[in-house]
Amino acid sequence: MDGNFLVSRRMIDGFDVSSSDSDEAHVLAVDDSLVDRKVIERLLKISSFKVTAVDSGRRALQFLGLDEEKSASVGFDGLKVDLIITDYCMPGMTGYELLKKIKESSTFREIPVVIMSSENVLARIDRCLEEGAEDFIVKPVKLSDVKRLKDYMMREDGVGSENRGGINKRKLQDCCDLSSSEPSNSSSPSSSSSESPSRSPPSSSSPPSIPTPLDSPIRRLKMTTTDLID
Amino acid sequence: MDGVVQLQKQLVDYSASLFDEGILDEQFNQLQQLQDESNPDFVVEVVSLFFEDSERLLNELGKALEQQTVDFKKVDAHVHQLKGSSSSIGAQRVQKLCIGFRNYCEELNTEGCLKCLQQVKHEYSLVKTKLETLFKLERQLIAAGGSIPT
Repeated sequence: MDGNFLVSRRMIDGFDVSSSDSDEAHVLAVDDSLVDRKVIERLLKISSFKVTAVDSGRRALQFLGLDEEKSASVGFDGLKVDLIITDYCMPGMTGYELLKKIKESSTFREIPVVIMSSENVLARIDRCLEEGAEDFIVKPVKLSDVKRLKDYMMREDGVGSENRGGINKRKLQDCCDLSSSEPSNSSSPSSSSSESPSRSPPSSSSPPSIPTPLDSPIRRLKMTTTDLID
Repeated sequence: MDGVVQLQKQLVDYSASLFDEGILDEQFNQLQQLQDESNPDFVVEVVSLFFEDSERLLNELGKALEQQTVDFKKVDAHVHQLKGSSSSIGAQRVQKLCIGFRNYCEELNTEGCLKCLQQVKHEYSLVKTKLETLFKLERQLIAAGGSIPT
Protein backbone atom coordinates (compact mmCIF):
# COMPACT_ATOMS: atom_id res chain seq x y z
CA MET A 1 0.00 0.00 0.00
CA ASP A 2 1.43 3.22 -1.09
CA GLY A 3 0.55 5.30 1.88
CA ASN A 4 3.56 7.55 1.34
CA PHE A 5 2.05 9.26 -1.59
CA LEU A 6 -1.08 10.45 0.14
CA VAL A 7 0.70 11.38 3.28
CA SER A 8 3.24 13.52 1.50
CA ARG A 9 0.56 15.26 -0.46
CA ARG A 10 -1.40 16.14 2.58
CA MET A 11 1.65 17.44 4.30
CA ILE A 12 2.41 19.68 1.41
CA ASP A 13 -1.06 21.02 1.30
CA GLY A 14 -1.19 21.36 5.02
CA PHE A 15 -4.48 19.61 5.56
CA ASP A 16 -6.43 22.43 4.04
CA VAL A 17 -9.05 22.42 1.31
CA SER A 18 -7.31 19.70 -0.61
CA SER A 19 -7.69 17.24 2.19
CA SER A 20 -11.22 16.92 0.92
CA ASP A 21 -9.78 16.26 -2.50
CA SER A 22 -8.53 12.90 -1.50
CA ASP A 23 -12.07 11.77 -0.85
CA GLU A 24 -13.10 12.31 -4.39
CA ALA A 25 -12.10 9.90 -7.06
CA HIS A 26 -10.08 11.40 -9.85
CA VAL A 27 -11.12 10.75 -13.40
CA LEU A 28 -9.03 11.41 -16.47
CA ALA A 29 -11.35 12.20 -19.35
CA VAL A 30 -10.07 12.03 -22.92
CA ASP A 31 -12.02 13.47 -25.85
CA ASP A 32 -11.00 15.48 -28.87
CA SER A 33 -14.32 17.29 -29.01
CA LEU A 34 -14.43 20.50 -27.04
CA VAL A 35 -18.18 20.28 -26.59
CA ASP A 36 -17.98 16.73 -25.30
CA ARG A 37 -15.12 17.57 -22.98
CA LYS A 38 -17.15 20.28 -21.40
CA VAL A 39 -20.14 18.03 -20.99
CA ILE A 40 -18.26 15.06 -19.61
CA GLU A 41 -16.37 17.27 -17.25
CA ARG A 42 -19.57 18.67 -15.84
CA LEU A 43 -21.20 15.26 -15.67
CA LEU A 44 -18.26 14.00 -13.68
CA LYS A 45 -18.02 16.96 -11.35
CA ILE A 46 -21.68 16.92 -10.54
CA SER A 47 -21.25 13.26 -9.68
CA SER A 48 -18.54 14.20 -7.21
CA PHE A 49 -15.50 13.25 -9.18
CA LYS A 50 -12.39 15.27 -9.61
CA VAL A 51 -11.72 15.70 -13.29
CA THR A 52 -8.83 16.27 -15.60
CA ALA A 53 -9.93 16.58 -19.20
CA VAL A 54 -7.47 16.25 -22.05
CA ASP A 55 -7.96 16.41 -25.77
CA SER A 56 -5.98 13.44 -27.01
CA GLY A 57 -4.62 10.02 -26.17
CA ARG A 58 -1.18 11.49 -26.40
CA ARG A 59 -1.90 14.03 -23.73
CA ALA A 60 -3.50 11.39 -21.60
CA LEU A 61 -0.32 9.36 -21.72
CA GLN A 62 1.71 12.44 -21.00
CA PHE A 63 -0.47 13.15 -18.02
CA LEU A 64 0.04 9.68 -16.74
CA GLY A 65 3.71 9.96 -17.41
CA LEU A 66 3.73 7.15 -19.91
CA ASP A 67 4.59 9.12 -22.98
CA GLU A 68 7.99 10.46 -22.10
CA GLU A 69 10.82 9.06 -20.10
CA LYS A 70 9.98 6.23 -17.83
CA SER A 71 10.72 8.12 -14.66
CA ALA A 72 8.00 10.55 -15.58
CA SER A 73 8.62 13.12 -12.95
CA VAL A 74 7.59 15.81 -15.32
CA GLY A 75 5.19 17.26 -12.89
CA PHE A 76 1.75 16.42 -14.10
CA ASP A 77 1.10 13.39 -12.15
CA GLY A 78 0.64 14.59 -8.65
CA LEU A 79 -2.83 13.24 -8.62
CA LYS A 80 -3.60 9.59 -8.69
CA VAL A 81 -6.00 8.61 -11.43
CA ASP A 82 -8.81 6.34 -10.38
CA LEU A 83 -10.52 5.91 -13.70
CA ILE A 84 -9.98 6.82 -17.30
CA ILE A 85 -12.87 7.56 -19.59
CA THR A 86 -12.02 8.01 -23.22
CA ASP A 87 -13.68 8.62 -26.53
CA TYR A 88 -13.10 5.95 -29.10
CA CYS A 89 -12.85 7.96 -32.31
CA MET A 90 -10.05 10.44 -32.00
CA PRO A 91 -7.51 11.61 -34.54
CA GLY A 92 -4.01 10.38 -33.87
CA MET A 93 -4.44 7.82 -31.18
CA THR A 94 -7.83 6.20 -30.89
CA GLY A 95 -9.38 5.37 -27.56
CA TYR A 96 -8.74 1.75 -28.31
CA GLU A 97 -5.04 2.37 -28.81
CA LEU A 98 -4.95 4.36 -25.61
CA LEU A 99 -6.66 1.50 -23.82
CA LYS A 100 -4.05 -0.91 -25.08
CA LYS A 101 -1.20 1.29 -23.97
CA ILE A 102 -2.65 1.59 -20.53
CA LYS A 103 -3.23 -2.10 -20.18
CA GLU A 104 0.31 -2.76 -21.35
CA SER A 105 1.70 -0.61 -18.61
CA SER A 106 2.55 -2.37 -15.40
CA THR A 107 1.98 0.85 -13.51
CA PHE A 108 -1.36 1.75 -14.91
CA ARG A 109 -2.98 -1.40 -16.10
CA GLU A 110 -5.07 -1.63 -12.97
CA ILE A 111 -6.80 1.64 -13.67
CA PRO A 112 -10.28 0.95 -15.00
CA VAL A 113 -10.84 2.31 -18.49
CA VAL A 114 -14.23 3.12 -19.92
CA ILE A 115 -14.75 3.76 -23.61
CA MET A 116 -17.31 6.18 -25.06
CA SER A 117 -18.47 6.11 -28.62
CA SER A 118 -21.23 7.51 -30.74
CA GLU A 119 -21.08 4.43 -32.89
CA ASN A 120 -22.97 1.52 -31.58
CA VAL A 121 -20.96 -1.25 -33.15
CA LEU A 122 -20.84 -4.64 -31.51
CA ALA A 123 -17.50 -5.60 -33.00
CA ARG A 124 -16.02 -2.45 -31.61
CA ILE A 125 -17.55 -2.98 -28.21
CA ASP A 126 -16.29 -6.54 -28.07
CA ARG A 127 -12.83 -5.54 -29.10
CA CYS A 128 -12.64 -2.97 -26.33
CA LEU A 129 -13.97 -5.28 -23.69
CA GLU A 130 -11.53 -7.94 -24.76
CA GLU A 131 -8.72 -5.50 -24.42
CA GLY A 132 -9.75 -4.89 -20.85
CA ALA A 133 -12.16 -1.99 -20.92
CA GLU A 134 -14.55 -2.00 -18.00
CA ASP A 135 -17.43 -0.66 -19.93
CA PHE A 136 -18.54 0.91 -23.15
CA ILE A 137 -20.86 3.90 -23.09
CA VAL A 138 -22.78 4.93 -26.16
CA LYS A 139 -22.87 8.67 -26.63
CA PRO A 140 -24.41 11.03 -25.86
CA VAL A 141 -23.32 10.42 -22.31
CA LYS A 142 -25.97 10.84 -19.67
CA LEU A 143 -25.88 11.42 -15.97
CA SER A 144 -26.99 7.86 -15.33
CA ASP A 145 -24.00 6.58 -17.31
CA VAL A 146 -21.62 8.56 -15.19
CA LYS A 147 -23.19 7.53 -11.94
CA ARG A 148 -22.50 3.94 -12.83
CA LEU A 149 -18.80 4.71 -13.04
CA LYS A 150 -18.57 4.55 -9.30
CA ASP A 151 -18.90 0.81 -9.62
CA TYR A 152 -15.60 0.64 -11.42
CA MET A 153 -13.75 2.83 -9.05
CA MET A 154 -10.51 1.94 -7.57
CA ARG A 155 -10.44 3.97 -4.45
CA GLU A 156 -7.62 2.56 -2.43
CA ASP A 157 -4.29 4.26 -2.25
CA GLY A 158 -1.32 2.95 -3.98
CA VAL A 159 -3.07 0.96 -6.64
CA GLY A 160 -1.93 3.46 -9.17
CA SER A 161 1.37 3.47 -7.33
CA GLU A 162 2.43 6.93 -8.30
CA ASN A 163 5.38 7.39 -6.05
CA ARG A 164 6.02 10.95 -6.84
CA GLY A 165 5.47 13.61 -4.29
CA GLY A 166 2.49 15.49 -5.49
CA ILE A 167 4.20 18.82 -5.38
CA ASN A 168 3.33 19.86 -8.84
CA LYS A 169 -0.25 18.95 -8.96
CA ARG A 170 -1.15 22.56 -9.59
CA LYS A 171 0.82 22.36 -12.78
CA LEU A 172 -1.81 20.21 -14.34
CA GLN A 173 -3.33 23.32 -15.81
CA ASP A 174 -0.27 24.30 -17.78
CA CYS A 175 0.15 21.24 -19.78
CA CYS A 176 -3.22 19.74 -20.16
CA ASP A 177 -4.63 21.52 -23.11
CA LEU A 178 -8.08 22.86 -22.51
CA SER A 179 -8.30 21.17 -19.20
CA SER A 180 -10.45 23.54 -17.32
CA SER A 181 -10.80 21.38 -14.32
CA GLU A 182 -8.54 22.41 -11.53
CA PRO A 183 -7.80 19.66 -9.15
CA SER A 184 -7.96 22.03 -6.28
CA ASN A 185 -11.35 23.42 -6.93
CA SER A 186 -14.04 22.77 -4.45
CA SER A 187 -16.09 19.76 -5.20
CA SER A 188 -19.35 20.77 -6.75
CA PRO A 189 -22.37 20.74 -4.52
CA SER A 190 -23.54 17.59 -6.06
CA SER A 191 -26.30 15.76 -4.26
CA SER A 192 -29.27 17.99 -4.84
CA SER A 193 -29.08 18.27 -8.55
CA SER A 194 -27.41 15.04 -9.35
CA GLU A 195 -30.46 12.94 -8.87
CA SER A 196 -31.73 12.76 -12.39
CA PRO A 197 -35.47 12.62 -11.95
CA SER A 198 -36.21 9.69 -14.18
CA ARG A 199 -36.36 12.00 -17.14
CA SER A 200 -34.24 9.85 -19.25
CA PRO A 201 -36.03 6.65 -19.86
CA PRO A 202 -33.63 3.79 -20.07
CA SER A 203 -33.58 4.02 -23.82
CA SER A 204 -31.10 1.25 -23.75
CA SER A 205 -33.63 -1.44 -23.24
CA SER A 206 -31.80 -4.65 -23.71
CA PRO A 207 -31.80 -5.76 -27.30
CA PRO A 208 -33.24 -9.15 -27.90
CA SER A 209 -31.01 -12.14 -27.49
CA ILE A 210 -27.54 -10.91 -28.11
CA PRO A 211 -25.41 -13.72 -26.88
CA THR A 212 -22.76 -12.15 -24.74
CA PRO A 213 -21.37 -13.01 -21.37
CA LEU A 214 -21.05 -9.44 -20.30
CA ASP A 215 -24.29 -7.93 -19.31
CA SER A 216 -23.68 -4.35 -18.36
CA PRO A 217 -22.43 -2.65 -21.49
CA ILE A 218 -24.97 -4.35 -23.63
CA ARG A 219 -27.77 -3.02 -21.52
CA ARG A 220 -26.70 0.39 -22.53
CA LEU A 221 -26.74 -0.20 -26.21
CA LYS A 222 -29.06 2.15 -27.91
CA MET A 223 -30.47 0.55 -30.95
CA THR A 224 -30.70 3.20 -33.55
CA THR A 225 -30.87 3.08 -37.28
CA THR A 226 -27.15 3.63 -37.39
CA ASP A 227 -26.73 0.30 -35.76
CA LEU A 228 -23.89 -1.72 -37.14
CA ILE A 229 -22.77 0.92 -39.56
CA ASP A 230 -19.05 1.22 -39.52
CA MET B 1 -46.03 39.34 -10.06
CA ASP B 2 -48.12 38.87 -13.12
CA GLY B 3 -45.30 39.72 -15.47
CA VAL B 4 -43.11 36.98 -14.11
CA VAL B 5 -45.81 34.38 -14.42
CA GLN B 6 -46.41 35.40 -17.97
CA LEU B 7 -42.75 35.29 -18.84
CA GLN B 8 -42.46 31.92 -17.25
CA LYS B 9 -45.34 30.58 -19.26
CA GLN B 10 -43.86 32.01 -22.41
CA LEU B 11 -40.61 30.28 -21.69
CA VAL B 12 -42.19 26.95 -20.87
CA ASP B 13 -44.32 27.03 -24.00
CA TYR B 14 -41.45 28.02 -26.20
CA SER B 15 -39.23 25.36 -24.78
CA ALA B 16 -41.93 22.73 -25.23
CA SER B 17 -42.36 23.70 -28.86
CA LEU B 18 -38.70 23.07 -29.56
CA PHE B 19 -39.04 19.55 -28.28
CA ASP B 20 -42.35 18.98 -30.02
CA GLU B 21 -40.88 20.06 -33.32
CA GLY B 22 -37.95 17.72 -32.86
CA ILE B 23 -35.45 20.52 -32.91
CA LEU B 24 -34.20 19.53 -29.51
CA ASP B 25 -34.21 16.15 -27.86
CA GLU B 26 -33.79 14.58 -24.44
CA GLN B 27 -30.09 15.30 -24.34
CA PHE B 28 -30.85 18.99 -24.01
CA ASN B 29 -32.80 18.17 -20.88
CA GLN B 30 -29.78 16.34 -19.58
CA LEU B 31 -27.72 19.46 -20.00
CA GLN B 32 -30.25 21.53 -18.15
CA GLN B 33 -30.04 19.12 -15.26
CA LEU B 34 -26.34 19.78 -15.06
CA GLN B 35 -26.94 23.44 -14.44
CA ASP B 36 -27.27 24.70 -10.91
CA GLU B 37 -26.36 27.62 -8.66
CA SER B 38 -22.69 26.73 -8.84
CA ASN B 39 -22.81 26.59 -12.62
CA PRO B 40 -25.68 28.83 -13.62
CA ASP B 41 -24.49 29.37 -17.18
CA PHE B 42 -23.54 25.87 -18.04
CA VAL B 43 -26.05 25.35 -20.82
CA VAL B 44 -25.29 28.66 -22.47
CA GLU B 45 -21.59 27.89 -22.28
CA VAL B 46 -21.84 24.47 -23.83
CA VAL B 47 -24.18 25.67 -26.51
CA SER B 48 -21.83 28.54 -27.33
CA LEU B 49 -19.05 26.05 -27.79
CA PHE B 50 -21.33 24.09 -30.05
CA PHE B 51 -22.04 27.18 -32.15
CA GLU B 52 -18.37 27.97 -32.57
CA ASP B 53 -17.46 24.41 -33.33
CA SER B 54 -20.29 23.98 -35.82
CA GLU B 55 -19.56 27.15 -37.68
CA ARG B 56 -15.97 26.11 -38.06
CA LEU B 57 -17.00 22.68 -39.31
CA LEU B 58 -19.59 24.00 -41.74
CA ASN B 59 -16.95 26.30 -43.12
CA GLU B 60 -14.49 23.47 -43.52
CA LEU B 61 -17.14 21.35 -45.16
CA GLY B 62 -17.88 24.04 -47.70
CA LYS B 63 -14.23 24.31 -48.57
CA ALA B 64 -13.65 20.60 -48.75
CA LEU B 65 -16.57 20.06 -51.08
CA GLU B 66 -15.39 22.79 -53.41
CA GLN B 67 -12.14 21.05 -54.13
CA GLN B 68 -11.40 19.64 -57.56
CA THR B 69 -10.91 16.27 -56.00
CA VAL B 70 -13.02 15.94 -52.94
CA ASP B 71 -11.36 14.27 -50.00
CA PHE B 72 -14.33 12.33 -48.72
CA LYS B 73 -12.44 11.02 -45.74
CA LYS B 74 -11.92 14.54 -44.61
CA VAL B 75 -15.51 15.48 -45.29
CA ASP B 76 -16.67 12.46 -43.37
CA ALA B 77 -14.43 13.32 -40.45
CA HIS B 78 -15.95 16.77 -40.22
CA VAL B 79 -19.47 15.46 -40.45
CA HIS B 80 -18.68 12.89 -37.81
CA GLN B 81 -17.57 15.67 -35.50
CA LEU B 82 -20.64 17.71 -36.20
CA LYS B 83 -22.84 14.72 -35.61
CA GLY B 84 -21.13 14.14 -32.31
CA SER B 85 -21.41 17.61 -30.95
CA SER B 86 -24.99 18.11 -32.10
CA SER B 87 -25.85 14.85 -30.42
CA SER B 88 -24.17 15.97 -27.21
CA ILE B 89 -26.29 19.06 -26.92
CA GLY B 90 -29.50 17.58 -28.20
CA ALA B 91 -29.71 19.30 -31.58
CA GLN B 92 -31.64 16.41 -32.99
CA ARG B 93 -32.37 17.57 -36.52
CA VAL B 94 -28.79 18.51 -37.19
CA GLN B 95 -27.64 15.17 -35.85
CA LYS B 96 -30.05 13.23 -38.01
CA LEU B 97 -29.02 15.05 -41.15
CA CYS B 98 -25.42 14.19 -40.42
CA ILE B 99 -26.25 10.54 -40.60
CA GLY B 100 -27.48 10.87 -44.15
CA PHE B 101 -24.57 13.10 -44.94
CA ARG B 102 -22.13 10.41 -43.93
CA ASN B 103 -23.86 7.95 -46.21
CA TYR B 104 -23.24 10.23 -49.16
CA CYS B 105 -19.61 10.45 -48.12
CA GLU B 106 -19.36 6.74 -48.15
CA GLU B 107 -20.84 6.69 -51.62
CA LEU B 108 -18.37 9.36 -52.72
CA ASN B 109 -21.34 11.38 -53.88
CA THR B 110 -20.42 15.05 -54.14
CA GLU B 111 -23.83 16.19 -55.24
CA GLY B 112 -25.47 14.39 -52.41
CA CYS B 113 -22.99 15.86 -49.97
CA LEU B 114 -23.56 19.37 -51.21
CA LYS B 115 -27.27 18.96 -50.86
CA CYS B 116 -26.83 17.67 -47.33
CA LEU B 117 -24.57 20.52 -46.47
CA GLN B 118 -27.28 22.96 -47.47
CA GLN B 119 -29.80 21.16 -45.35
CA VAL B 120 -27.48 20.98 -42.38
CA LYS B 121 -26.72 24.66 -42.66
CA HIS B 122 -30.39 25.40 -42.68
CA GLU B 123 -31.16 23.28 -39.66
CA TYR B 124 -28.15 24.57 -37.82
CA SER B 125 -29.25 28.10 -38.46
CA LEU B 126 -32.68 27.25 -37.18
CA VAL B 127 -31.52 25.61 -33.96
CA LYS B 128 -29.16 28.48 -33.35
CA THR B 129 -31.90 31.06 -33.69
CA LYS B 130 -34.25 29.06 -31.53
CA LEU B 131 -31.73 28.52 -28.77
CA GLU B 132 -30.76 32.16 -28.79
CA THR B 133 -34.39 33.04 -28.39
CA LEU B 134 -34.73 30.54 -25.59
CA PHE B 135 -31.78 32.02 -23.76
CA LYS B 136 -33.15 35.49 -24.26
CA LEU B 137 -36.45 34.49 -22.71
CA GLU B 138 -34.58 33.00 -19.79
CA ARG B 139 -32.64 36.20 -19.28
CA GLN B 140 -35.82 38.24 -19.40
CA LEU B 141 -37.43 36.01 -16.85
CA ILE B 142 -34.51 36.27 -14.50
CA ALA B 143 -34.28 40.00 -14.97
CA ALA B 144 -37.92 40.28 -14.02
CA GLY B 145 -37.16 38.47 -10.81
CA GLY B 146 -38.37 35.06 -11.80
CA SER B 147 -36.56 31.77 -11.89
CA ILE B 148 -36.33 29.20 -14.62
CA PRO B 149 -38.75 26.38 -14.01
CA THR B 150 -37.05 23.01 -13.94
